[in-house]
Amino acid sequence: MIRIEHISKRFKKLQALNNISARFDRGQVISLIGPNSSGKTTLIKSILGMIKPNSGKIFVEEQLIDGDPSYRRDIGYMPQIGRYPDNMKIGQLFKMLQHIRNMDESKLDKSLIHQFGLEKIFEKPMRTLSGGTRQKVSAAIAFLFNPSILILDEPTAGLDPLAAEILKEKILEEKKKNKLILITSHILSDLDDLTTHVMYMQEGKMQFFKDIETLQEETGELRLGKAIARIMKGEQFSNDWIGKMIQAKKNDKKPL
Amino acid sequence: MMKLSKYVLYDILRSKIILAYTIFLFIVSLSMLQMEDNSSKAMLSLLNIVLIVLPLVSLVFTTIHYYNSYEFIELMSSQPMSRTRILLSEFAGVSISLLSAFFIGIGIPVLLYAANDTGFALLFTGGALTLVFTSIAFFASVSARDKARGIGFALLLWFYFALIYDGLVLLILFSFSDYPLEKLTLLLSALNPIDLGRIFIMLKMDVSALMGYTGALYKDFFGSGSGILFTTGIMLLWIILPLWAAIRKFNKKDL
Repeated sequence: MIRIEHISKRFKKLQALNNISARFDRGQVISLIGPNSSGKTTLIKSILGMIKPNSGKIFVEEQLIDGDPSYRRDIGYMPQIGRYPDNMKIGQLFKMLQHIRNMDESKLDKSLIHQFGLEKIFEKPMRTLSGGTRQKVSAAIAFLFNPSILILDEPTAGLDPLAAEILKEKILEEKKKNKLILITSHILSDLDDLTTHVMYMQEGKMQFFKDIETLQEETGELRLGKAIARIMKGEQFSNDWIGKMIQAKKNDKKPL
Repeated sequence: MMKLSKYVLYDILRSKIILAYTIFLFIVSLSMLQMEDNSSKAMLSLLNIVLIVLPLVSLVFTTIHYYNSYEFIELMSSQPMSRTRILLSEFAGVSISLLSAFFIGIGIPVLLYAANDTGFALLFTGGALTLVFTSIAFFASVSARDKARGIGFALLLWFYFALIYDGLVLLILFSFSDYPLEKLTLLLSALNPIDLGRIFIMLKMDVSALMGYTGALYKDFFGSGSGILFTTGIMLLWIILPLWAAIRKFNKKDL
């Protein structure tokens, strides 16, 4: 659904993206993982056309993203920091987006608006909202138009545990509908049950792009968090993780 | 496109600055037209408002509005909406509100007290200058990344067009006073929309008789039908070119 070909982006001194190529397909939930300023958000914003790469091409549904903005109809985007017009009320914001997208009321997915209880605060201006409520609004907007591609930049950061759980449930639900979901997050435990693929980035380079089973096998860790922590520490992958486990068992037995 | 402009307009009207601007213009022009028994004297004072205040307000207001609606622009650019359309909607929203402030604040009093040739020239020039400086302000704010630099750039442009440019022209005229410069001054006036507007209105007034030989040449040129066409054409260029440059820049920009 999304094909990225050799894109690079440079912000003055910082090489934010360095020759990245990848292919994301329907039904995948891709976790974009990497340390801060490794280029995750830049990659996402390039797909959305908000950042123009210096070189390389991006295709969404086989359509080159250059000029024609209609491809963004299929994309729901939840930004890392949702910034909205200060004077607008929440209700007006939703109404405006619906008006602009011109979609049938019946096709809209308002479940998150209900679940987060946003209707009760429809009259509140955006500038008075807390960071968490803003995140809720961003999430509700991303899912509102029932897009086939979801791009979520740190979706659970700033949400209370209840809201985070609701959002995770929602993502799982959408995953079953065979959509493409791209998530970046530093809270790896949130990604555990969702992810099908992991894309690991560092200093603008893509270190690897693997499905979760392969990753578990290679690192010998079932939890995504631990697996990634190992890689971040720069430990070598051990292919004979079974051997290691046996070794560990033996060590355990020594005191006996 | 009107869909988006509607929201831009709505946002501008909420802030009430435009309302205050309209009332300010209305009170000033009404009091000038009422206090002077000779309407052409009042027009001369109004001319200065149109040539100095209007560009300044258009520049500053547009620049501030652009930076304040950055969130809106960012939000829209993640929607199926082209950048060109977003910027043009912003331009339409801002220019509609500034133009209506001008036509209500100055247009109505002028039509009531001085609905003559000079009055219409003043309204034409004022409307054109508003659009020109809105367009220039969009270029300035798209070019500069942060608010302070954007407003600074806009103010600098205002200083240039309203004050510095005239000084430069005078300097040229003095240093080359031995040569026939009439054609050159005509050309130089076209390079500054404020000067062009000033000449256009002055020639409709009686004071143009005082302007000597150059004035006669101007009268000959601007008084004719082709002169009006020339003024309109140059003003249109001044509106379109900065806006076009702004759109080009905006399309390549990282948001």
